[in-house]
Amino acid sequence: MTVILKTEGLNKVYRLGGFAQSRQIHALNDVNITVESDKPVVIAIVGESGSGKTTLAKTLLRLETPTSGRAIVYDKVVAGSGATPSRKDFLGLVQPIFQNPFEAFSRYRPVDAYLNETARRVAGMDNDQAEVAVAEALTSVGLNYGDIRGKYTGQFSGGELQRISVARALIPQPKLIVADEPVSMIDASRRMIIINLFKKLRDEAGRSFLYITHDLATAYYISDFVAVMNKGQVVEFGPARQVMSDPQHAYTRLLLDSIPTIRHRWRPRAAAALG
Amino acid sequence: MIRLNDLKVSYRIGNRVIDAVDGVNLTIPDNCIVGIAGESGSGKSTLMKAIYGDIQQPMYLSRGSIDYGLKGTDGKPVTTANIGKEWFKTVSYIPQSSMNSLNPVIRIREQFIDFPGTDSNKKRVLERARQYIGKLGLPPEAMDSYPHQLSGGMRQRVMIALATFFQPELIIADEPTTALDVVVQKEILMLLMELQEQMGNTILVVSHDMGVHYQVTHKMLIMYAGRVVEYGDTESVFADPQHAYTRMLIDSLPTIGDDSMRGVMASAAGASGDRAYDAQPVLVEVKPNHFVAQSTAAKTLVAGATL
Repeated sequence: MTVILKTEGLNKVYRLGGFAQSRQIHALNDVNITVESDKPVVIAIVGESGSGKTTLAKTLLRLETPTSGRAIVYDKVVAGSGATPSRKDFLGLVQPIFQNPFEAFSRYRPVDAYLNETARRVAGMDNDQAEVAVAEALTSVGLNYGDIRGKYTGQFSGGELQRISVARALIPQPKLIVADEPVSMIDASRRMIIINLFKKLRDEAGRSFLYITHDLATAYYISDFVAVMNKGQVVEFGPARQVMSDPQHAYTRLLLDSIPTIRHRWRPRAAAALG
Repeated sequence: MIRLNDLKVSYRIGNRVIDAVDGVNLTIPDNCIVGIAGESGSGKSTLMKAIYGDIQQPMYLSRGSIDYGLKGTDGKPVTTANIGKEWFKTVSYIPQSSMNSLNPVIRIREQFIDFPGTDSNKKRVLERARQYIGKLGLPPEAMDSYPHQLSGGMRQRVMIALATFFQPELIIADEPTTALDVVVQKEILMLLMELQEQMGNTILVVSHDMGVHYQVTHKMLIMYAGRVVEYGDTESVFADPQHAYTRMLIDSLPTIGDDSMRGVMASAAGASGDRAYDAQPVLVEVKPNHFVAQSTAAKTLVAGATL
């Protein structure tokens, strides 16, 4: 069994305010989760805004240093005390996909420049190899290099651009891809393209995903494990099917009850209201 | 009652003309919430803009008309030409991103005073506004805050407070909860439903989330490629969708407790602006208050259904 993701007593405290009246915010409060598996998995982190999901992602991406504790990805300590991999090794292990693809890429640069750069700088390829790797990565997300070359962000839809972000993340062959709200800025009718793509990459290309979202329905759809976060703490963690069909914590139940389903209504919708 | 008569709304971009809304005939009754669904590029936002009367270059009404059946504050009927004067008073709009819609450099209380044509007595307006936001579940301090000091849910409540302050007859809500998480989304939707029941007005809700539509609407309108493909009572549309596209919309999103594979509800026609999928569909009443687009090939049925 490989330790795909493990956090040990992960804490992150932000200080707010001035010297005299500073306040502390526990964005991550003793987060302990362990995911061990032989197969690549999708781990979902769900919770409402301000629950610490993004801080957890940033910590795993080394964009934030934890106040205490450490995080392990594929048997390597990536954050916290004793973090070993160099920046380059780290980027070959963990890659991010951000929420808003329009902000992730500059408007003034063709998007394929980012893919090329990732191939050359992170994966250490030469120009010819990079060309091949970029084409392969784009093919695996259902795009054609010829259609992308030299184009700018404004020439793509949100869904296409997010698929390009996924392709970029795939180039260094990372083991884990951290996707922070990858579909929330995309048109809803195109969201399932990205979600199904994650599923395919897990099953066929052997990539694990940390899928951060507040959409429990898609989390249920693709995840193997789910961690429910509230106020910096993981309140419930386990196999996704089990957590969502038999929630133990009151907060998980609140989240599940808040999903607008087409099964039962919160409030009667009387047709009599029609004039 | 709002009546759209063969409405066609187009955009002129260079030498090209794109018909974003292409021949919509529709009657929206009073006192109900109507949901509008469809993929991006289906014309739902353009239709909402046309109904709101926010018609600016390069968008224009190329055919048809809108009968609002509403009286403005001056007692004259509201028309496309004079609707601008009725914004917020008779017709109001809740935009998609409340974050970007509030003026960032003035406090919330000044946003209330900032309205065109508010009572000239600022104190009285503020007093009423303060009471009103309390009813919508906002703390009174919110009035003295700047938009960035409020959470997304609070800002959306402020937008709803601004949009409903004058009890307008018609409210257009364009994806009112898209940027919010599920817990806040439920609160906002419950608030909208309560307000509608109190005011007895008409709310048009644009959303891509069929769950949201099922929860809040009385009637559903499904758009595809600039046209209405299905229109009917929500109960009937969800229980027995008639058009294949409606069925796809309902089935495409994952549900908890259901492990079946979900497809992608995007089609080439919506995004590429290809309007050739069907020459001229006609809406046919298949059940009481439930209309479905059928191709003109079957026009022996009820050509030109009175809708």
